[in-house]
Amino acid sequence: MQSDLIAEVEETLKRIQSQKGVQGIIIINAEGIPIKSTLDNSSTVQYAGLLHQLVMKTRSTVRDLDPQNDLTFLRVRSKKNEIMIAPDKDYFLIVIQNPSD
Amino acid sequence: MVAQRPKSTSSGKSSKGGEKAKGPDPSLSHTDVLPDVPEDIFPMVLTSATQELFECRADEDVTQNNPYKLLKKDDILHDMKARAAVSDFHPVKQTVLNYPGEELLLVFDRDFKYGQSFYLVLTEEAKQRILQPPVSTDEEEPEEESEQYVCRTPEPQQPWVSLGSELEIEEESVKDTRERLKYLVSRVRKKFGAPVNFTDRNALESKEGYIECTSYQDRNFRLIQMERNSATQAVLNLKSSATQTQRTFPRNMYTQYKPRELTEEEKENYMSSENLKNFASSAFSRFEIAIQQNKIMDVFFDDWQALSEGDIAFGGKADTYLKEYQSFTDLQFSKDKSISCIKWHPTISGVIAVSVTEKMSFEERINGSTKLLLNPPLILFWSFSDPINPQLRLECPDDVLSFDFCPSDPNIIIGGCMNGQIVLWDVTAHAQRLHGKRSGERRTTSAYPGSFMAFEEDKENEIPVLLYCAVSSIENGHKAPVTDVQWLPENFEISITGVPVENQNQICVQVVTCAPDCCVMFWDIRAPRPAAHSQAERKQKMEEKQLENPRGIPNTFKYLDLSWKPLIKVMLPKTDASGEYSPLKFSLRDNIHCSRPRSGKDKSVKTTDRPEGKVEYALLRVPSEKQLKPLEDISTMFCVGTEDGELVYTSWKLGKDDDSGRLLSGKPSRCFIVHDSLVNTVKRSPFFKDIILTVGGWNFAVWKESVMNGPIILSPCSQKRCMVGCWSLSNPGMFFIGKEDGNIEVWDLLEKTHEPSHIQNISTASITCMKPWIISSKQHFLAVSDDFGTLHILQIPWTLRNPSSSESSVNKYFEKEVTRLMFFDKRKETMAKQKTATEAEEQKKKTELLVPEKLSEKTEEESLAEYESYLTLEKDILKEMGVSLQEEDKPSNEV
Repeated sequence: MQSDLIAEVEETLKRIQSQKGVQGIIIINAEGIPIKSTLDNSSTVQYAGLLHQLVMKTRSTVRDLDPQNDLTFLRVRSKKNEIMIAPDKDYFLIVIQNPSD
Repeated sequence: MVAQRPKSTSSGKSSKGGEKAKGPDPSLSHTDVLPDVPEDIFPMVLTSATQELFECRADEDVTQNNPYKLLKKDDILHDMKARAAVSDFHPVKQTVLNYPGEELLLVFDRDFKYGQSFYLVLTEEAKQRILQPPVSTDEEEPEEESEQYVCRTPEPQQPWVSLGSELEIEEESVKDTRERLKYLVSRVRKKFGAPVNFTDRNALESKEGYIECTSYQDRNFRLIQMERNSATQAVLNLKSSATQTQRTFPRNMYTQYKPRELTEEEKENYMSSENLKNFASSAFSRFEIAIQQNKIMDVFFDDWQALSEGDIAFGGKADTYLKEYQSFTDLQFSKDKSISCIKWHPTISGVIAVSVTEKMSFEERINGSTKLLLNPPLILFWSFSDPINPQLRLECPDDVLSFDFCPSDPNIIIGGCMNGQIVLWDVTAHAQRLHGKRSGERRTTSAYPGSFMAFEEDKENEIPVLLYCAVSSIENGHKAPVTDVQWLPENFEISITGVPVENQNQICVQVVTCAPDCCVMFWDIRAPRPAAHSQAERKQKMEEKQLENPRGIPNTFKYLDLSWKPLIKVMLPKTDASGEYSPLKFSLRDNIHCSRPRSGKDKSVKTTDRPEGKVEYALLRVPSEKQLKPLEDISTMFCVGTEDGELVYTSWKLGKDDDSGRLLSGKPSRCFIVHDSLVNTVKRSPFFKDIILTVGGWNFAVWKESVMNGPIILSPCSQKRCMVGCWSLSNPGMFFIGKEDGNIEVWDLLEKTHEPSHIQNISTASITCMKPWIISSKQHFLAVSDDFGTLHILQIPWTLRNPSSSESSVNKYFEKEVTRLMFFDKRKETMAKQKTATEAEEQKKKTELLVPEKLSEKTEEESLAEYESYLTLEKDILKEMGVSLQEEDKPSNEV
């Protein structure tokens, strides 16, 4: 049963990873500690720390503006790549993609 | 109040009057009745007996408050009769008898107002008056009383007693002491009626004109404020104090942290939670959308910029003309001569050097050798700022066919001469001149407009001539004209055996030369390790040389002069035949500082490694081989273009020859004959390290280093000879070819491969050398030299310098060509195999006819091979059929 779930999660991650241009995927828990990542450790930790704060800030902004509202998806587009974050109650999923590849 | 019984009527009244303080002293005699004391009141004394009789005892029956007592007249009369003369009422007997009324009022005069204790009111009216309004206003009573007092006559004046006050009065009173004088003033009679002149006189002029009372501060009236109102407020004790914070210096603080990480177990737990699975699947759907969006449209693509490119590509097609920016020719030095080599100065922009050679064949040189000696050949330095006069002249021992600037130190120039010698120049002394000549020249010209001609001569004399500082030894150098000279890059050097080792000095110290005497030589500009006996020799030489230095030659390379030996000699033995290749041009793979000008970033990277300041080459020594670390990644292979039109790919590593024990160079791995005449250009592309352009004879070829089957692109033969070729520095798929008729052809591989995209004629003479250079992003130049000795600087227009093709597309094109080549070779192989197979079969069977397969694409070689195979086939068939070739000679083209 557990292994099934693990396999499902892995499968989902593989599907995202296989998309063209995806550079890395990170799953972090609510505190910002990375659970799973396809990047190396130092990058993972850096991304997790910085993006966790960003998501908290964004979420509080959205909720301040309208308490009934909530953040569903966050896309940060930069010169070189795009970082996409899907927040949840307990976890965050971060995907870094380079669209021009 | 003490009731004082007055002794006398008059004196008693005075005391009473004092109390009242009003009016004159009243008297008691009824004759002097005060006007306000009525006549009808008679004060009398009543004895106590009488009082008892009439019940008007004092203070018992009649009091002050109730002083009135009505007495009957009859009683009074009775009393009078009874006591006759003793009765108190005796004096008023008559009055009583005359009294009309029945009752008489007796008033108790306690105060002795009228002198006695009682008084009798004699008339009825008075009685009424006293009784009725006894409670009338009080005013009436004092008025009555004062009236009473006023009415009384004053007492007779007493004599005035002087107390001394009349003296004062007299003093104070104003009396005339004398008679008043009278004056009458009048004018003189004659002046009566005459006009009068009045004048003004200022009153302030003299003090007598006026009298003033000046104000002065009277001391009596000086007010001193003895009292003053001031408010007070109670506050706490105030105390002011200051502090200064101590200025501490900033201190670095560090925090070191470690990120939190989960253990493997925890990660497992998380991964296997249901929660995560749900999250992942829900999140994934969001991501799918986002990623697909990105895939559909590249958001980073800048449409605006891309728009401009497409526009100009259509419009400005005609503007591929190479505009002539400047042209340099010197009447004295470069006329009727040919320029053999052009090199741009690597650091100073706008400075270009050319080597000028004589256009003579070998025989002519021998015949005219004396003339040659008098006019030594030169390398001229031109600057953009001065198109007429060269900046610097370097004297050469013989015609220089090729020269190069040292990349790490542009003041060192190495050149290869026609007599096989290698020459070194050091232009450090004139570096300033090359740098900052621009302003100086113009100033001097404007100062002397008149004496222009004379000044030119002076200036000509002023062009400095620099002699070479070192030449190689004649015996050990090349035996043929040195056709190509290149510096080795500064990151590696070559050891004695040819192994590339690490360059500890990080400056360029080694040079590679080649000459048609079949060898490529490696030279080191450092002093070789001194052997014992040669040191004495060298010392001697040094002493000699130090004495004679008349022409100011810098002695940077004194130690090399005339004794310079090459480090390595690489022979190029032929692969299949004996003999050697005679190289004309070569190209090393790791020559990173090829013709491309370095950007600022590269330069900065280089200078940090290089030692600062002028390098003393004399102090550098060739290190022993054991000390140096060999570099693995430097390839020792290089390409050589030969006199016979071949391209040889070989290594310079020296291997040990088993037979003789000497170090010998190995055989080249590949050799291709492509060109019909001597190869004059072997150049690597600045964008691709393994793409080589070779130009020779009537065609050119592009090679890929790893593909050893043949050139990936081979141009068709052109009408005129191709003299020189060079790659474009900005466009990956573009290169320029210089022709014998003075044309420049611009070839763009992605546009047209069968003909040049642009042809332009520069001069009537043949092009001898071409070198592109980038000064700035807007200025791309192509330096072209011709056989007349003129150096043309052409500006590359935007259409040609703009990279219309990206590197990747050019790369793809080359790859395509490579695959084509491979395919061809494969087909050839299969063809050859088939051919042998068919022959074998024929020989075996001799009955079957084999139809060689038609090839869809044929090059000349292919069709030739085919034809030959056909011929052999025909021969066989005819033989088979028993018909000899000589009898029936009908060539049938059909196969």
